[in-house]
Order: sequence, then C-alpha cells, then structure tokens
Amino acid sequence: MSPAQADEDPLTTTSTVTVNGTARIVTAPAHRSLLEGLRDILGLTGTKSCCAEGECGACTVLLDGKAVNSCLVLCVESDGHEVTTIEGLSECGPTDLQEEFLNAGAVQCGFCIPGQVMSAEYLLRTNPAPSEPEIREALSGNLCRCGGYARIVAAVKETAARRAGDHD
Amino acid sequence: MTDPVKSVPIPGGLPHEHGAVGQSVTRYGGVDRVSGGQRFLADLSFPGAAQVALVTIPLGCADILGIDTSLAARLPGVLAVVTAEDLPQPVPRFGVSHQDRPVLATGRVNYHGEPVAAVVAETLDAAQAAVRAVRVDYRELPGVYTLDEALAPGAHLVQDQSIRPDDPKRDSNVLKDAHYAWGDLAAAQQRTEAVVEHVYTFPMVTHFPIEPGGTVVVPTDEGGLDVYSPVQHPYLLQRTVASLLQLPLNKVRVFAPDPGGGFGGKQNPKYEPLMSFLAQRTRRTCRLVLSLEETFQAMRRAGCRIKARTGFTRQGEITFHELDADYLIGAYADVAPRVMAKGSYVGGGPYRIPAVRITARAVLSNTTPSTAFRGFGSPQMAWGTESQLDAGARVLGLDGLQVRRRNLVARGEAFIRGDHQATADGDWAQSLEKAAELVGWHEPLKPNRGRGIAVGIKPGATSGLSQSLVRLLYDGSAIVYAGTSDMGQGARTLWQQIVADELGTPVDQVNVVSGDTGAVPFDLQTSASRSTVFMGTAVIEACADIRRRILDLYAETTGVPAGELDERPGVLVTADREMPLVEAAREALGPLRGEFIGQGVSRLRGRSGHPLGGDAAFYEFNCTAIEVEVDPETGELLLTRHVSVGDVGRELNPIQVVSQDEGASIMGLGHSQMEQVLVDEHGRIRNLGALDYRIPTFKDVPVELVTAAVENHDGPGPYGSKGISEGALLCTAGALGAAVAQATGVVVRDLPLTPERVWSAIRAANADRSAAPRPE
Ligand code: FES
Ligand code: FES
Repeated sequence: MSPAQADEDPLTTTSTVTVNGTARIVTAPAHRSLLEGLRDILGLTGTKSCCAEGECGACTVLLDGKAVNSCLVLCVESDGHEVTTIEGLSECGPTDLQEEFLNAGAVQCGFCIPGQVMSAEYLLRTNPAPSEPEIREALSGNLCRCGGYARIVAAVKETAARRAGDHD
Repeated sequence: MTDPVKSVPIPGGLPHEHGAVGQSVTRYGGVDRVSGGQRFLADLSFPGAAQVALVTIPLGCADILGIDTSLAARLPGVLAVVTAEDLPQPVPRFGVSHQDRPVLATGRVNYHGEPVAAVVAETLDAAQAAVRAVRVDYRELPGVYTLDEALAPGAHLVQDQSIRPDDPKRDSNVLKDAHYAWGDLAAAQQRTEAVVEHVYTFPMVTHFPIEPGGTVVVPTDEGGLDVYSPVQHPYLLQRTVASLLQLPLNKVRVFAPDPGGGFGGKQNPKYEPLMSFLAQRTRRTCRLVLSLEETFQAMRRAGCRIKARTGFTRQGEITFHELDADYLIGAYADVAPRVMAKGSYVGGGPYRIPAVRITARAVLSNTTPSTAFRGFGSPQMAWGTESQLDAGARVLGLDGLQVRRRNLVARGEAFIRGDHQATADGDWAQSLEKAAELVGWHEPLKPNRGRGIAVGIKPGATSGLSQSLVRLLYDGSAIVYAGTSDMGQGARTLWQQIVADELGTPVDQVNVVSGDTGAVPFDLQTSASRSTVFMGTAVIEACADIRRRILDLYAETTGVPAGELDERPGVLVTADREMPLVEAAREALGPLRGEFIGQGVSRLRGRSGHPLGGDAAFYEFNCTAIEVEVDPETGELLLTRHVSVGDVGRELNPIQVVSQDEGASIMGLGHSQMEQVLVDEHGRIRNLGALDYRIPTFKDVPVELVTAAVENHDGPGPYGSKGISEGALLCTAGALGAAVAQATGVVVRDLPLTPERVWSAIRAANADRSAAPRPE
C-alpha cells in the first residue's frame, strides 16, 4: 500500500477506501486514525470514540470483513481496503442481530452498541453457532459501562438461533 | 406477591390490565441506538466551530508562578489562549453545595488535571500544538492525597480559608461532618454479649462512561448562549451559566443530547462555565470533546474509610452500632458533602438497632472532585455495616441469612430513630428470602466456594420538582415534553407507556421531546432514581389535565351537560356509552381542529430541620447474594452465581428493570473486585485511561447472573412504582466479601478484592496458622 502523498503538504496523505461499498477519497494528516477519518472527514459518526487506544471497542468496524478497532488503524493503512461501518450494516434497516439487541434489552445508553454490534456480527459470520464462552471471548474487547453484557450475550445467541433457522 | 398496600393514593391508580404499562415495550430511540443514528454530543456537527484544548500540569498541588502564552498565541490558527487573568476578577466560582470551584485554576492547581489555561483554535491540531507551547511555571506544594495526609495535624489546607470565611471548619480539611445518634448506648452495651470492631476501606473509583463527554457553546445573535452538553441536569447547568455570565435564564439555552452513560458523573457543571466564557470572548462556537483521560480527571466516587464497632446478643440481635466514616472527597465540594450526609444517614442499614452512633466527615484532598455516583454514598457505608453483620455472625456461629432475618425491620418499623426517624416503606424481608432462595443458600457447597448475602438501602430524593407538558394532537398521536435526561435508563419509553394508557394512544404514536431548556418545561434533575416517581407523576397529571379539558370542550361542542360526562384513562364516558378518548377529543375539537395541551406538576417540598432537607420519597432496597469460587493458588475469584433482588414497587417495563438491575450488579462488581483510582505521592493519577484502569468486561460477568423483583405496588410513583436504578450495587461488596470469607476462611476488609489482595490474605493466614498452632 503506497498512498499518494498530497502535493501541498508532505504530512497529508490521500487514501482511497471503499466504505460501505462506495469508493471514498480520504485526505488527512498522516497521523489520523481511520476512526477520525470516518467520523471527522466522512461524517460517519455511528462509529464511536472513547479510549482511542484500542481498549474499549467502541470504534469497532470491519476492515476487509474482519473486526478491528478503527482507532488503532491509520487512514493511510486502509488505502485500497474495504471498510464496513455500523451505517453500512444498517443500510436496509436494523438487521436481525440489531433487532435481537433491542428485544433482549441489551441497549441502555447505546454508546458502546455500534461497536458491540460490529464485533458480534463478525463473530457470527466466522462462527455461526458460538458457545457462551466463545461469545464472551469474542466480545471481551468491547466494554459496556451500562453493564448490558448478559443481555448482549442473549441477543447474540438468539441471532445465531434465528440464522440457523431455529426460529421463524 | 402480596396484596397491594394502598396507604397513599397511587398516581394513575392501579395498573391497567391490558395496557402498555407493565409490558417490556422496546426502548424509545432504540433503532437509532443500534444503528449508529443516535447523535451524541461528539456526533453533532457545528460547521466552522473553533476547537478547545485544555492546559494542565502533571501535579496534584502546585502554586502557579506564571503562565507564558505568548508563543502559543502566535501559532497559526490560534484564536485565543485564556488563563484565569483573562476572566472577570475575582475569578468566578461555582458549585452545587459550595461556590468553591473556579472557572479556571487561579494561582494554584488543586488537583491533577485542573485546567490552568484553555486554547481556542481553528482546528484541534492547532489547539493541541498551542497547548504544548504554553509555558507554565509552577512550584509543587505538599498536597494531601490520602485521608491520613488530609487529617494530619498541620496538614496542607486544600482550600484557602477565604473561600469559606464563615465556616468554623475552614482551618481544617473537613468540609462537612454529619452526626446521627439515637438510643441509650450504655444500656445497649449492658445487654451485649459479643462485640466486633473493624476498619473497612472503599476505593476511589471513576465513572468511566463510554462516552467521555464534552461541551459545545454557540454564541447567539441576541447576546445569549446555546450550551450543548450531555448532562443529567440541564436546568441546573442553565442556571449556573446564566448566573456566572450574568444573563437572564432565557438567554441561556441548554441542549442536552442523551448522555452516553452518566451514572452521576454528568450531573453537575464542570467545563461548561469555562466554555461559555470562551465563546463569549471569542464570539465563536467553541467545541471541547474530552478524552477518556480528561474524563477520569473530571469525576469520581469518594473513597471511604469506615471504623465500625457493633454489639450483638448471643442470638444475633444487634444491640448497638457505632460508625465513624471518612469520605475522601476532592479539591472542590461539588455535591460530595451531600453524598457523605445522605450515605451516612442510612449508614446503620435497614435494621432494628436500639442504639446507634454515626459520625461521618467529608474530607477535602488534592484529588479529582468527587461527585454523585450511582448509589450516592450508600455503597461505602453498606460495605462497613454489612461486613460487620457477617463478622458478628461468624463470632456467634450464625450465618449471614440468619443474622439479617433477626435484625431486618418490618414494614412501617423505624430503622432510623430519633428526631429524623425513617421507617421501612416496603416488605423488605421478601427480597432477602427471595435472594436466599435464588442463590441456593442452603445447598451444599463445592470445595473452595462460599456464599454471601447482603442488603442495601438508599434514600430516594428528599424534595424535588418535575413539570411536563403533553400535547394530544388532532389525529390522536401525542407529544410529551419531559426534561428527564435519557442516559440509558429508558425514561422516555416509560412516558410513552404512561401516555398510551392514560390517553388511549398507541405507544408508537407517542413521541418525547427532552434535552432542550428552550422548549421543555423545568425538571430539577435526573438523579437518585427519581424520574419514574417524579416525572412519571407529572406526565400522568398532564394526561389527567387533558382528559378534563376534553370533557369540558366536548360538553361545549355537543351541548351535552358536563355533569353527564365522566372520564377515565383512555375513555370519555357519556350517558349511553364509553368513547375512546381520542375520538371524543376529535369530536370536541370539531372542524377547526387544534389540539389539547395538558400540564402536569409533581412537587415534593422538603422539611426544614431535616438533615437531608426532607424525608425520602421512597427507599431503594436491594438484596444481593453471591456464590463465589476462589482459586487458593492465585486468589482469583469466579462468580458462579450472582443474585440481585430489588423491592421495586411495580415494574413498569420489566426488561428495563432487568437491564438496570444487571447493569448495577456489574458496576457493583467493578468497585468490589477490580476498580481503584491510584494516586501517587505527587497527586498524579497513575492509572489514567482504559489501559490501566480495569472495569468489568464480558469475561467478568458471573456464570449465572440472576435478577428478580419484589412487586407490592407500594411505591409513591406511577401505578405503585419506585425508583430502581441503583439498588443492585448498594451491597455487592458486602455479599462478595462474605462469600470470599466463607470460601477461604480469611476476611478481607479493603476493597477491591483483587486476586493479589485475596491471595496475600490467604497466604498470611496460612503463615499464621503454621507459625502458631491454634488452640481450638
Ligand atoms: S476508541 Fe478504539 S478501542 Fe476505544
Ligand atoms: S449501553 Fe451504555 S455503555 Fe453499553
């Protein structure tokens, strides 16, 4: 990956990122994180910022289909890659997973929820029938100070069951 | 569970059988919250806003000798570098209990993170570069960072005496003390057959909302200010800013986007006054979004040390209970004196104790100002008192359930005696028994396991005012204006449910406007789990007001005498039929259309002379029971079962009750098991940020997390409800401590019960045992 350096400022980089299916040009200072690029430059504020050091998971997005903390990825590192944010996931209204978050009472203040949903979606894509310990492990990087953990686990289990066709 | 107790009129009467109230209606605004559409403060767009960054020094206590802003001010993009000297003189101070907190540090830094200057710049990069270019000369002072340091003779005084000139305690670091006493101590001691005496400590912890927070202030063309801040108390913020900037209330409009977690930390003004001065000075929109580290430096819970001495009869009856508690508060009062006074008021617990002596102090230190935090001073005292009950039980050969059964007050019985008596407003034994049953109290224990049970109590609001407006529109849909901040508890969902039942409107046709002091009537605050009771009642009243107006106008429009009409929730009753209210409303409005506007007010006046300013509107009562497995090799705890039972009056939305209860349980495990703000000898917070300050994660959730509610429809809120959002963390620590003690045979009296601490205690006990053969 060799992002083109913008002419006027050697510290500014331009990256081409496919965000939620659309190619976007992101011009940003070299030290800007993908999280900042998404929020401040592309206006996609569904992805949240809390710790900015990879410890809370609020900023989780899918990078080439894999869940990452977008605060730990530089904009330039996403050049040529595909990013899915919570907005992309919700393009056609709430998904089954998001519905189950609501049904389970997993949503309190909601600040951590976009990150939780992205991590849970990644888990279910890679492991469609996770056990409870597997769910806890996969989501352990996503903090929820409202303490909705048990509700979130219930929502993920319910979604897995729904996707497996156990429910109609 | 039992018959509803109808000693007081229940707002809204008894719940409607097939109504929305009592259903797990999906959270209002839920779809936005799961899909990223919810706009928190940092998500709001303010084109052309200037960015603000704060200048701090890396010390907890220092004299500021000089601040050189000249270089910073010349950097590109910098609009202003503001220090205390640029503010009105003397520098304005503010605060809820004392006006002691300066808008910017003036002459001295009193805690790590207290801003000494602020930079306003075109971009955040420019602001941050300028922060680095500000040169602050300072000299470290011997600050006080612990209780022992703050209370030592000749200790450095955190607050200059001139700040509290009329306070007789201005020459010490004790900002306020409280004394509660009743009963004949000497007589009680006579009857005493066992005494336990111990010291307990409760750590400083930080709120750690996942939304760090911030403030944006927009100067308006009319000379006013629009203040955006995710606060729990928008009307308090409005009043504070208006008074500091000498503006009429109507010129300060507070927009309060839903807080991304509040927990008490987002109640009281912090940087909003500074931001207002910056906006006024620069005539620009000024935006400050805090980092998580800055948020740690803006809010925390008071740590506490509790010395307790408790007497028992052989049967386990408590004869006397003496508590001496020091709350370590920060450099400015915030609401900490009240936290201390309210927490220690119920310090004796919900027990029948003939003689009680409680003394508590709020002790200033050079640390982050401590503020409200879910539980508001009760968890600290409960840690001491509940642990004392178990200490007594161990001495007497009783178990934790037995000793509580013996002493817990019955409904109507006083647990606080004397001039400011308080009586049990619930059948609290039901919660105790239910928790015991759910945790399997009498089941045999596996090796290395133990169980503990504890109860907690917290006074609700002692005075307050909530006002609301409801508009019933021509088509039968409705809009509620209610100033409660929806920070996760789901308040707006309840207003929808109430209006649906009271007016007969479908839940999804009710929307709620909040978070705007320019459009929504006054509400005192969103705290103390008060909103269901106070705002809920105001919303019910507004609906009743609408029903009366419909009846009157229907009579006028149709010519039917008003005396022949009656109204009930959702219905207008005529001589020959019951009409759906919305239908009657439409008929009454006629071809001109229009709408009905109802007003509701819920007011609780305090009682002068009461140490808390009045009697609590209700008590939150909880019983927590925990089964734990302790790894004796590592000291690690595995919570195999965690049960929380709340005395909730009535569940208006069961799933929301579960969410609150589970959330508070997990938060209680945080301060019981792992959380602790660490301050070094220079007053610096050593574990600033998510990397070093651990809160519970998915992996810390008990294997089985069980919550249950006792419903007796006996609360003062709508349909017999009470506030419920704090109960489940009041006594977590006591239950966990007792469980660990049973599992290991060692008692730890300092929180948090980290693996290191538990392991060391086990090791020390083993060493003792091998050193001295115990006479058994
Ligand atoms: S903001 Fe990225 S992990 Fe916390
Ligand atoms: S819902 Fe509030 S932090 Fe998770």
